[in-house]
Amino acid sequence: MPLTEQLKAGLDAPICLTWELTYACNLACVHCLSSSGRRDPDELSTAEVKAVLDELRDLQVFYINIGGGEPMIRRDFFELVDHATANGIGVKFSTNGAFLDAARAAQLAAMNYVDVQISLDGLDAATNDAVRGEGSYAIARRAMDALAAAGFGPFKISVVVTRHNVDQLDGFKALADAYGAQLRVTRLRPSGRGVDAWPTLHPTAEQQVQIYRWLLSHGETVLTGDSFFHLNALGEPLPGLNLCGAGRVVCLIDPVGDVYACPFVIHSDFHAGNVRDSGGFMHVWRDSALFRSLREPQSAGACASCGSYDACQGGCMAAKFFTGLPLDGPDPECVNGHGEVALAGVASGSAPMPSVDHSSPVAFTRRRAPVPAE
Amino acid sequence: MAVELDGAYELHPDVALRPEPFGALAYHYGNRRLVFLKHRDVVSVVRALGDRSTVAESLRSCGVDEHRWPSFVAALTSLESAGVVRARDAAH
Repeated sequence: MPLTEQLKAGLDAPICLTWELTYACNLACVHCLSSSGRRDPDELSTAEVKAVLDELRDLQVFYINIGGGEPMIRRDFFELVDHATANGIGVKFSTNGAFLDAARAAQLAAMNYVDVQISLDGLDAATNDAVRGEGSYAIARRAMDALAAAGFGPFKISVVVTRHNVDQLDGFKALADAYGAQLRVTRLRPSGRGVDAWPTLHPTAEQQVQIYRWLLSHGETVLTGDSFFHLNALGEPLPGLNLCGAGRVVCLIDPVGDVYACPFVIHSDFHAGNVRDSGGFMHVWRDSALFRSLREPQSAGACASCGSYDACQGGCMAAKFFTGLPLDGPDPECVNGHGEVALAGVASGSAPMPSVDHSSPVAFTRRRAPVPAE
Repeated sequence: MAVELDGAYELHPDVALRPEPFGALAYHYGNRRLVFLKHRDVVSVVRALGDRSTVAESLRSCGVDEHRWPSFVAALTSLESAGVVRARDAAH
């Protein structure tokens, strides 16, 4: 059996997983996958997180991707990272940089097996802050400066590709090179608050081709988290495994211990269990009905007659789900145009909404115009 | 550069192997690369390298027929370029 088929049938333990440590966040990005903002009072305690990390050590999970929310908001953040790395679990964590000052940067620079990803969605404050919020560009650049000054080494600049920053890809690469950093670009998903932002933010059909060509010409020098495999229908495959690993080789643990198939499907339909259940994470991973069904051979459905299916695998499950498309049909960004046709047939308001929302309440008291200085 | 049959090699100390039905997953904590070892015999040979004086001896100790050696040399060469195995000091 080819390797990819074995991976699709699932492994006894995930290769890696994403762990959102908190729903608390100082920002309110319009495309936030986890609709973060407010801390959930039922958040896993320090001891609970450590117990799951011990389980992951026993399962020989090599590394975890920590996110949120803003993970550095947790007071026990460094304690948890230390516990992971001391147990042979590498940590890659995503941050907006707000809490990454010179002292934290020095602390991180002294640690092994820790990768830092600073999120940046625009090469200038106007482009970035329109998505990530006012002041977030300056915050991110300050954190990058701090890491560089501390001699952290090659940190990562993590960009979600949108309609408005596609033309900045060369600039992002140059910025990463200037910092001695590594560029990571990922696909915009219509998940979390992204459900509302996606229709006007996702790259156009022409831009999909532009992204594909850019990624192909940069090869493995740019990280993608294997998130653009829907573009492989355009020709030569991009580097990566070219498969959806949800519930098969990856999954998500959310701040309250709920386990979902992947970071992009925080929805009851893709909820596999909770690490607090008896049997813990291992039981959820191995025995949940949802994960077992995802490891069964999947039908190509409406894509079966398309010659590109082997290349694109029908695209991303989460992108289909949250745009109201059937899971066994084309991706909404299908490069052969089948997605656009399918989207036209989705009745307005019929697409599923995220079942979990920790967005901060809208501040009605926010002033609408600058107050003149006295 | 191709791995030499009479050379001495070892599993890189920063690499962890996780057994899988298809062979093993190898993760390099230094360069953060994940590599798939797609055959159980390759996994056995990789594990044997450090205890044997040469690649040829490792292959023999794992019962690998000589006609299969070229494919193992190719596999070990790609593993060396990924940093999963490395040349060992001959005096070791």
